[in-house]
Amino acid sequence: MSALDNTNTFEPVIIGFTCNWCSYRAADLAGTSRIKYPPNVRLIRVMCSGRIDPTFVLKALSDGADGVMIAGCHPGECHYLEQNYKALRRHRLLQKTLAQFGIEPARVRLTWASAAEGALFAQEIATMVDEVKQLGPLNWPARPVPVGSVPAEIPVLSEVGA
Amino acid sequence: MAGQELIEQDIHEQQLTRVVVAACSPHLHEKTFRGVCERSGMNPYLSEMASIREHVAWVHTDKVAATAKAKAIVSGTVERVLKNDPLEAIRVPIDAQTLVVGGGIAGIQAALEVAEAGYDVYLIEREASLGGHMAQFDKTFPTLDCAACILTPKMASAGAHPKVHLFTWSEVEKVEGFVGNYTVTVKKKPRYVDEDICTGCGICVEKCPVLVVDDKFEAGIGYRKAIYWPFAQAVPNLPVLDTETCTYYIGGKGGCRACEKFCPTVPNSIKFDQKEERVTLKVGNIILATGWDLFNARRIPQYGYGRLANVFTNLELERMCNAAGPTGGKVVLRDGQTAPKRVGIVHCVGSRDRNYNRHCSAICCMQSLKTAHLVKERTGAEVYNFYIDIRTPGKEYDEFYQRVLDDGVHFVRGKVAEISDIPFDPAEASRNGAGTLYIQVEDTLAGMQRRIPVDMVVLAAGLEPRRDSSEVGKTFGIACSSNGWFIEKHAKMDPIATMTEGVFVAGCAGGPKDIPASVSQGSAAAARVLNYIRQGELALEPVRASVLEERCSGCRICNGLCPFNAISFIEERKVTEINAALCQGCGTCVAACPAGAIQGTGFSNEQLFAQIEGLLRDVNRSHEPEVV
Amino acid sequence: MSKPKFAMYWAAACGGCEIAVLNIDEKVLDLDANFEVAFWPAAMDVKYKDVEAMEDASILVTLFNGSIRTDENEHMARLLRRKSRILVAFGSCANEGCIPGLANLSSRESLFERVYQANATSPSTENPNNLRPQASSQVPEGTLTLPPLQAVIRTLDQVVEVDYHVPGCPPESRQIAAVLDALIAVVKGEAELPPKGAVLGAGNSTVCDECARKRDVKQIGKISRIQELPPLATDVCLLEQGLMCAGPATRSGCDSRCPNVGAPCIGCYGAAPGVLDQGARLMTAIASVVDANEPDAIDRVLDGIPDPAGSFYRFSLAHSLLRANRAALAEKP
Ligand SMILES: Cc1cc2nc3c(=O)[nH]c(=O)nc-3n(C[C@H](O)[C@H](O)[C@H](O)COP(=O)(O)OP(=O)(O)OC[C@H]3O[C@@H](n4cnc5c(N)ncnc54)[C@H](O)[C@@H]3O)c2cc1C
Ligand code: SF4
Ligand code: SF4
Ligand code: SF4
Ligand code: FES
Repeated sequence: MSALDNTNTFEPVIIGFTCNWCSYRAADLAGTSRIKYPPNVRLIRVMCSGRIDPTFVLKALSDGADGVMIAGCHPGECHYLEQNYKALRRHRLLQKTLAQFGIEPARVRLTWASAAEGALFAQEIATMVDEVKQLGPLNWPARPVPVGSVPAEIPVLSEVGA
Repeated sequence: MAGQELIEQDIHEQQLTRVVVAACSPHLHEKTFRGVCERSGMNPYLSEMASIREHVAWVHTDKVAATAKAKAIVSGTVERVLKNDPLEAIRVPIDAQTLVVGGGIAGIQAALEVAEAGYDVYLIEREASLGGHMAQFDKTFPTLDCAACILTPKMASAGAHPKVHLFTWSEVEKVEGFVGNYTVTVKKKPRYVDEDICTGCGICVEKCPVLVVDDKFEAGIGYRKAIYWPFAQAVPNLPVLDTETCTYYIGGKGGCRACEKFCPTVPNSIKFDQKEERVTLKVGNIILATGWDLFNARRIPQYGYGRLANVFTNLELERMCNAAGPTGGKVVLRDGQTAPKRVGIVHCVGSRDRNYNRHCSAICCMQSLKTAHLVKERTGAEVYNFYIDIRTPGKEYDEFYQRVLDDGVHFVRGKVAEISDIPFDPAEASRNGAGTLYIQVEDTLAGMQRRIPVDMVVLAAGLEPRRDSSEVGKTFGIACSSNGWFIEKHAKMDPIATMTEGVFVAGCAGGPKDIPASVSQGSAAAARVLNYIRQGELALEPVRASVLEERCSGCRICNGLCPFNAISFIEERKVTEINAALCQGCGTCVAACPAGAIQGTGFSNEQLFAQIEGLLRDVNRSHEPEVV
Repeated sequence: MSKPKFAMYWAAACGGCEIAVLNIDEKVLDLDANFEVAFWPAAMDVKYKDVEAMEDASILVTLFNGSIRTDENEHMARLLRRKSRILVAFGSCANEGCIPGLANLSSRESLFERVYQANATSPSTENPNNLRPQASSQVPEGTLTLPPLQAVIRTLDQVVEVDYHVPGCPPESRQIAAVLDALIAVVKGEAELPPKGAVLGAGNSTVCDECARKRDVKQIGKISRIQELPPLATDVCLLEQGLMCAGPATRSGCDSRCPNVGAPCIGCYGAAPGVLDQGARLMTAIASVVDANEPDAIDRVLDGIPDPAGSFYRFSLAHSLLRANRAALAEKP
């Protein structure tokens, strides 16, 4: 689907995990610079990309997000020295694993943005939103919840084929 | 009523237990609103900010979608704040002794400020004398006062100050502890001269028969002995023996010993068997002022440095202009006698160039103007400056530029393509004489190619981070940007502090700057340290990780993950422990622990899970078909 | 006074749990002494309709092993829930899906294809007529029915409310005995029931806690399979010797049986307390200590894990946050 095709009305919801020192500040800067970008990404601030646990990503995806963005300082520029390399390692392994669940790599994007790169951060968001739009909704089914301890009606066995 | 008062009133009237302020970025006003909560008797950590201005109102145009996003952000923040725990700041006492690393102008300034306030300072300098790069210069822009005249008194007062404890020819090997309470191991390299006995008379230096090129202080254009003074006004006034060039050491400890023979002190000051020493220091704060290294001009082969004799670096010219330097202040060609008649000065060498360094070295424009002026003054030569842009933003800087223009220096706007000693044709050769260097440049103002014949070229090599900055950063637990400058806590609002509490950066260690800026930063760092010392105790953000001992299996996955050495393994109990004062709260270990044994106070899983759920509250979910 | 009723049921599972219960030796006599065994298909003949006829909540405790794969499994889960005061998810299958749960990485259709399709990828398939099991089929004697396979495997607590959890594949007999002792003490009025939702018969840390191997700071430069490695040191952590050991992320309680005999832990006791997703914990732990910083170098190390989902979620896939492959989840029930 091309960007010009306006038949795609799907608006993805993306959760973005940003580190306090670079990427979140890049988002702040995009704001103060009034750079426009699509409203599909909702940010969560963590101190460092090293705090981002694959569990967060899995939770976001299974709770209804269409994609997850992980953003940190550029390699070598993490304010906690090298924790973003841990984020990088986790992201690579997570991608490998997600492939087996049928989740496309573009849905979980890792990106680096310094506090000065508001425009780049906005561009990254725009690109990701575009890519996830092309993929369509993820719409992960909600976790099944147990039905009450004493179900109202239990079908007789012959009906379930035993 | 102002917003803050309204909140205070609501906290009281409604008996609020949590507060979410949906407004601007927490980086602007988190502190403000935490303060409001605190004033109202609430724990300040039970408040959160939802950024709906920077992250919504200012960046989105679709009002409906933007409103939905703002609601989601508020919903996420509300869910999160419900999981917040009341926290108390961590209090640590501050040791009043301070460590300053690097004895350049920034470090000297910092050390003197702290010492003058009455506190002990350990000043560690890797070289044999204080002074740093400034000691090499002749004059300093823009006022052209002599560098030695303003630096030497500072060096002398640092050397003589009872509160400044000088360790030259020394390096920091290990740093343990945390703000207020660092234990530092300093390695003192042997200088083979007894500091306590030597009077600095200099007879040893005079008698030493070995003459070698001094590529440090003299930038390779002068000589020194095997036992030598770093330079005339060195502080401390002690020679140092270089075992790599000393005949006695080269000969496998045999022969020569002239220095020892002629040393007049009793007992003899020359100590051939001096050993490396280690000293342990206790300090509360650390100021890093390790300065810069010069861009290696050999990396740009087309400029011919190292290949064409009469291509010089700016630092070589500084030495040449210096009356105490190898040429006695005369500007001459490599032959040591001929004065140049035509000189080309190339700005931005290795700076603002995507092949080398993207950054602007900040000082080379002014330094090149200074060089132009000095060369003109001393030789009367025609001087050409080749620049990309002229950057003279400091006080009296542009006035100095005007003055150099008035001197009759030629300015060519363009990036030099090549410097060559090969003439186009015999005509050009005969026109310009042998030994001429040709500067090929596109004059972007005149819109034409130019080829300017000169006798001498001066390359304004840029400032680079110290080659070992990333190792030094690791020792002190602070980060470098990808190009190697130390990263400040905040580029604008906190340019002196670093992410590691109690470690500050001053001078060029944090990025290129001139002497006034380096001195200011030295003073600023000292002010920060003095502030901590006067407080006597520091309240640290309680955003920290901690281990639940009964959950920890002692798998040791987390043990190598903390850059601040906050994590240690208790061998007897086979569990891991986190030192709260060392932890900087990055959360990496929390996210890594396979047992879920590490808790992140202030950034717990529960808070983050709740926030994720809140952010996604408005998403319409399909349900798994099989569950009816 | 009549003895309280006890039941044990075997849903989608291998049967190991049943054997583990019998492995408690003479303790089984205590079971008999204190309970009336009302229903235990593996041990005695009671028909489903007999259970259906029982009064609701008339069974005191049911140990339910196996996950929910078929309509029959689901029916029995609901039935036993209704008949039991205390429903225990017993063993890894009931708690987290276990090995059967790995089928969630494939759609039902592709499973059938692999198992029944002639010339399929499975070398052991011998089915020239492409016969497939049918929910109902006519034979001369009448109609035969089979319970239909559901799209994905679910754990017991995804289907009905569960009171307690006993993890393990199978649970250690020593732990089963301890759980039974505790139950008997409750029956005798000597002890209180643990809080609802408690995990019984397991530790509060992870397998490394019980593992005798010596551990050091971890940095993984290469991950291998056991047969690719030279004989291993008997006293050094297996992870440090290049094996994928799930011990760090697996609940303790098994006495670290596998690592103690030189086989890496594969994760059967499930997630540590408070952990939402066991596989994610193992994944993040391993990734965090990969000894490389460049994407390609990282990938070279990670190539040592050819089946990450299977390695990290070997036992807990059905109970993980994602639970199943997207295609499997999208299938009609
Ligand atoms: C050719 C040239 C001319 C210049 N002229 C002028 C001028 O005229 N006016 C002006 O304002 N600016 C000028 N500058 C800029 C000026 O050099 C810097 O502003 C100034 O040197 C910065 O001082 P500093 O203390 O930060 O660093 P430095 O002068 O580099 O001092 C750092 C000190 O730290 C020591 N050190 C480094 N690492 C360690 C370690 N690990 N342990 C212990 N010690 C260590 C070094 O040995 C050195 O003594 C010029 C620059 C150049 C290149
Ligand atoms: S990773 Fe967790 S379980 Fe392992 S040693 Fe560290 S705190 Fe303990
Ligand atoms: S959160 Fe963990 S890794 Fe980060 S600084 Fe604290 S102890 Fe170190
Ligand atoms: S062998 Fe496995 S269980 Fe034992 S310490 Fe190592 S990782 Fe933990
Ligand atoms: S602080 Fe930004 S990635 Fe670590």
